[in-house]
Amino acid sequence: MTTPVRALGFLAVRAAADLGAAAVFFAQVGRCILTPPLRLRSIVDETWKLGVLSLVVICVCGITVGMVLGLQGYNTLVRFGATESLGAVVGLSLVRELGPVLTALLATGRAGSATAAEIGSMVASEQLDGLRMMSIDPLHVVVMPKAVAMVVVMPLLSALFIACGVFGGWLVGVRLLGVDGGAYLTSLETSVDFRDDVASSLLKAVIFGILVGWVATYRGYTSAPTAAGVSAATTSTVVIGSVAILVFDYFITALWGVGA
Amino acid sequence: MLALRNALGTKEATAVASFPAHITIDGVAMAFGSRPVFHRLDCHFPRGALSVILGGSGSGKSTILRMIGGLVRPQAGRVLVDGEDVTRCGERELYNVRRKLGMLFQGGALLDSLSVFDNLAFPLRERTRLDEAAIARIVHEKLAAVGLQNVDRLLPRQLSGGMVKRVGLARALIGSPEVLLCDEPFSGLDPITARRIEGLLARLNRASGMTMVVVSHDVGSTRRLADHVVLVLDGGAVQGSFAALQESASPYVRAFLAEDIDETLLAEAPAEVAG
Repeated sequence: MTTPVRALGFLAVRAAADLGAAAVFFAQVGRCILTPPLRLRSIVDETWKLGVLSLVVICVCGITVGMVLGLQGYNTLVRFGATESLGAVVGLSLVRELGPVLTALLATGRAGSATAAEIGSMVASEQLDGLRMMSIDPLHVVVMPKAVAMVVVMPLLSALFIACGVFGGWLVGVRLLGVDGGAYLTSLETSVDFRDDVASSLLKAVIFGILVGWVATYRGYTSAPTAAGVSAATTSTVVIGSVAILVFDYFITALWGVGA
Repeated sequence: MLALRNALGTKEATAVASFPAHITIDGVAMAFGSRPVFHRLDCHFPRGALSVILGGSGSGKSTILRMIGGLVRPQAGRVLVDGEDVTRCGERELYNVRRKLGMLFQGGALLDSLSVFDNLAFPLRERTRLDEAAIARIVHEKLAAVGLQNVDRLLPRQLSGGMVKRVGLARALIGSPEVLLCDEPFSGLDPITARRIEGLLARLNRASGMTMVVVSHDVGSTRRLADHVVLVLDGGAVQGSFAALQESASPYVRAFLAEDIDETLLAEAPAEVAG
């Protein structure tokens, strides 16, 4: 009886310690953002790199999800003779939920894991220790630009995903199933509200960017200096990042609804 | 350990006492998890001398360098660099201490996304206000000092093992440090390249009077290079000149420094030999 309780206790203490260390890391990176130099060039380079890494997967998935939404939405709406509302169904689904959430999940798998692996391999090859021995803070030089870039790139990728999704829905609804093109775009335009939909979508994307950037850089930075350590950091980035995105999505949606 | 120290006799003690210490390790105890590395480590590295740390695999030789650089902290004891205890320093204070240190890592630790030139220029761009022309001049000076030319644009993955060591050495020297720490500079190199690096370190030490601490497995290079030897064994260390340690009362110490190891010692643990 005692052993499982003790094991649970140890697990809880370890989880609390890990969470505390992650919070300290978050604060340290935050301090780096406020400490000059700004490293704008590095941030732009990292944003470009993360964006390019995820561009193809975001476009392909965005179009595909939009096509599925178009197909499913049409099959449902046609029963009620409301196929002219297809643009609204596709647009609202993408802007409110699927755009930011799926983008964040895809970016976690692609850019987040790459970030964790890159930092982890720098730990394993003593590159971060090399920087420390040159009196250069690796948090400022390596981690901060990657974390900031993730926050910058997430809303951009989310917007691209939504645009591709709307295009995918248009392809299926208008070109394949014969919905009127004007009605598709008009229903999309009239149903999507800037404050309730676009602003909350943007907020979600930014928060997901912070989450993914935080998890990926923290896991990479604290990885064991071995190949297995890099692998574990990559895996845990994807798992923890994905779960955190879904949990936070619920709370943001709930709180935004209350606020509205 | 005490028995081993007593067994070493007075010659090492005399040799050790005659050097002023630049770096002192005092009563250090350290463990990685449940694995103890040092029970009580006491040694020093003389100012201006080339010291070599010898010891068996996993004995903690590289850990000593990492402790000096403040990259790991011992559980007990002091590590004094120029009189400053790095085990008590915060991260900001450590950066000030590290400005006096240069370190050559075993694998080079070059930033793999940067060219050779940028690897060397990086610390100067970060820590100084020098213009690009001055930075280029210093970088090329340091590269020439380690015998490298026309490698500016090469990436670390395009370099041979020996070149990586030399670029790493040039980068360690870029800030003109007072102390150079070298982790296994000869490992993984062919004998000729290893001798070139060895000659390079000896020349640098003679020319600059820089304190050097070199971790090595190589007894031959230690004999040729070392002014001072620290032999890590059994969670502690014995130290002195190479010649003094060769005359140690401990058969294990003598065997470690000998080219031909006494077969009867291979089966015995150091502690048993020492005792």
